[in-house]
Amino acid sequence: MSSKASEFDLVISGVGGQGAILASDIIGRSAVLEGKSVRAAETHGMAQRGGSVVNHIRIGCDLGSMIPLKGADCLLALEPVEALRYIEFLADDGVIIMNTESVYPVTVSTGKATYPPVDSIVEKLKETHRVIAFNAAEKAAEAGSRQATNVVLVGALSNFLPIKMETLLDRVKEMVPPKTIDTNVKAFEMGRSMVE
Amino acid sequence: MSTREYMLGNVAIARGIVEGGGKVISGYPGTPSSEIVDTLSAMKERDFYVEWSVNEKVAMEVAAGAAMTGVRSVVTMKHVGLNVAADPLMTLSYMGVKGGMIIIVADDPACHSSQNEQDTRKYSEFSLMPCLDPSTPQEAKDMIPYAFELSERFGLPVIFRPTTRISHGKSNIELGPITEHSVEAKFEKDTSRWVMIPSNARLRHPHLLEIQDDIREELENSPWNELTINENSKIGIIASGLGSVYAKEAMENLGLEASFLKVGAYPVPEGLIRKMYEQAETVLVIEELEPIVEDRCKIIAKDIESPVKILGKTGGLIPRVSELTVDICVKAIGEAFGIETNVPEIAEIDMELPPRPPAMCPGCSHRAAYHAMKKVFGKKAVFPSDIGCYTLGIQNGTVDTTLCMGGSITVASGIYDAGEKQPICCSIGDSTFFHTGINGLLNAVYNKANITITILDNRITAMTGHQPNPGMGLTSTGEPTKEIDMEQLCRGLGAEFVETVDPYDVKATEEVFKRAKDFEGPSVVITRQACVISARRAGVRRIPFKVDTEKCIGCRMCVNLGCPAIEFDKESKKAHINAMCTGCGLCSVVCKFDAIVEVQK
Repeated sequence: MSSKASEFDLVISGVGGQGAILASDIIGRSAVLEGKSVRAAETHGMAQRGGSVVNHIRIGCDLGSMIPLKGADCLLALEPVEALRYIEFLADDGVIIMNTESVYPVTVSTGKATYPPVDSIVEKLKETHRVIAFNAAEKAAEAGSRQATNVVLVGALSNFLPIKMETLLDRVKEMVPPKTIDTNVKAFEMGRSMVE
Repeated sequence: MSTREYMLGNVAIARGIVEGGGKVISGYPGTPSSEIVDTLSAMKERDFYVEWSVNEKVAMEVAAGAAMTGVRSVVTMKHVGLNVAADPLMTLSYMGVKGGMIIIVADDPACHSSQNEQDTRKYSEFSLMPCLDPSTPQEAKDMIPYAFELSERFGLPVIFRPTTRISHGKSNIELGPITEHSVEAKFEKDTSRWVMIPSNARLRHPHLLEIQDDIREELENSPWNELTINENSKIGIIASGLGSVYAKEAMENLGLEASFLKVGAYPVPEGLIRKMYEQAETVLVIEELEPIVEDRCKIIAKDIESPVKILGKTGGLIPRVSELTVDICVKAIGEAFGIETNVPEIAEIDMELPPRPPAMCPGCSHRAAYHAMKKVFGKKAVFPSDIGCYTLGIQNGTVDTTLCMGGSITVASGIYDAGEKQPICCSIGDSTFFHTGINGLLNAVYNKANITITILDNRITAMTGHQPNPGMGLTSTGEPTKEIDMEQLCRGLGAEFVETVDPYDVKATEEVFKRAKDFEGPSVVITRQACVISARRAGVRRIPFKVDTEKCIGCRMCVNLGCPAIEFDKESKKAHINAMCTGCGLCSVVCKFDAIVEVQK
């Protein structure tokens, strides 16, 4: 259920350094090239790396960039706990696309907090929403580089976006380092095929 | 180049500066403002001058000097930077400018990466300089060429105040034409104008007050303030800047019929407000942070004896802290006008999520410096610190105070002067030392503070996105320049104990800290090692480390360093080093069992 102010609302969450911004930019630029208005917001804290990050992207929107609670059509999570952390933005009939590979925060590696089992996170999310969960990092490695995890997830997301697949794929080719184009195209296609 | 592009707000603002013919642009990095100067500095072809100045006061004066010659200038900073630059600001409004000057101050409601959430519009009221408050990145870009013209028309700098959601928002941007604004810089002597001795200041102050009405009238008719009267409704909504887009979405969601005034320029458009009062019986004022528009609305109502009821922060409908959201606006409108709303209830997640606080990077040299500092000075020592990535050392127990830029050495001095018995060792980064730490060290030396000053020199301004600083031998555009010798600078300020050490050499660092602690008087320790991110970009590759599980007894000494590359395996009860290891080697020195070794090639 997207609000009237926007055609498609997307939240991308993850950990600093995972490539959430590149994923957002591929989508944002594609939408603009298709003539749509886009409003996006990047929220990252003080750390250069390793903090929790969340981007809002509103396609076909001329107002503010922040998605209201339960307003997003889709939540793309690059990391399992970061899916659950931002679930409040997802509409009741929204879809979750998530990577099942965890990045432990320092609070967990130092034993101050516990990381819940990934299966239980997925189960929890499935209680309320449609969930497409898979190990995108492994898929990326299969495509040629774990660095392409974000592009695998954008590929999966392409099934839901109001943007042509070709437009997205062209942006991927344009925006990743030239030497990695083949890997990223493969990663995108592998991700795209993860959705039935 | 296409005329419609997907851009970061700050990149759009940089584009606005180019379109408006800005000729001298200065700034000091600060989130969320930094990408404006970054963008201009990275442009291959430039017909303007751009610099990272050493602090905001310096940057403001550089831009003011440029504008005195008739060219257009811009200074950029974050909100708290304006406190540093407040001294030139308050007299620059008397003095005015010849060429257009824009003071870009990026506010950070919700303190995403700031020590407070002060509202720059207050400085606009205080200094009597007009202020533009954009509601979208597009408007932000479009306001810049206008701001140059406004500034020239009234001979007064203009404050431009984006917030985090504008500066770090992204949007499709319609590009405008680039103005040919070729003014030859020429400083014309005029002491009555450029020398603010009392006799001149006394004349300029009334002049500043006299032009306020003209400025208000000009802005009232500008596209940035916009009034829509709804004759079928007695409800009025007044919303400023970013708040106006949230308010509009909330009104759309509720299908609310109301008159609407968007405020995007200050002084507040009093005429438009009065027009709204002719139609509306109750007005809700929606704005982030301070009740600036709201207070004016009340004063206007009182002045004209209007019976209109003003709602907003008074009564608590609109919060005075943090950011606004569409949901907050929906709720406030609902409560104010008795409309049923559908703001969703968010159920608590019945699963404990591990917090993910910002942490220093794997291999960050600050972690190594802090480790040695804490070991030598002891847990009971007092560790005042400063603003930079190293503030994240709060996790390591070596950040006891953080007040403002440069507030480490000075707070340490005050704690010493008060008679604190524990040893005092403060920390400050290289860029922050150049910013306002120099005066603090000079004062510590002059007034004989017996403290240790650690300059964490990672050869870059890291936290704001890796801008160069005077210690690097590079300008903002990458041109080689004089590399400031930090040791010589500290000695020049009178410090007699100045030693530099590589923090990755843990033993040597501890030795230096011991000598510094024993030294009578202010002692300076410079821990020098490049930021791991910039080192990696420069091609530095160190051999990573691994845990020898035969030797590891699971004591957690390494784990407690808080390095994201070190994990504790709960099943085997042993440490594990993951792929994020950059090979700094700190953990291998900390390990008493020689269980951390380099990965064999």
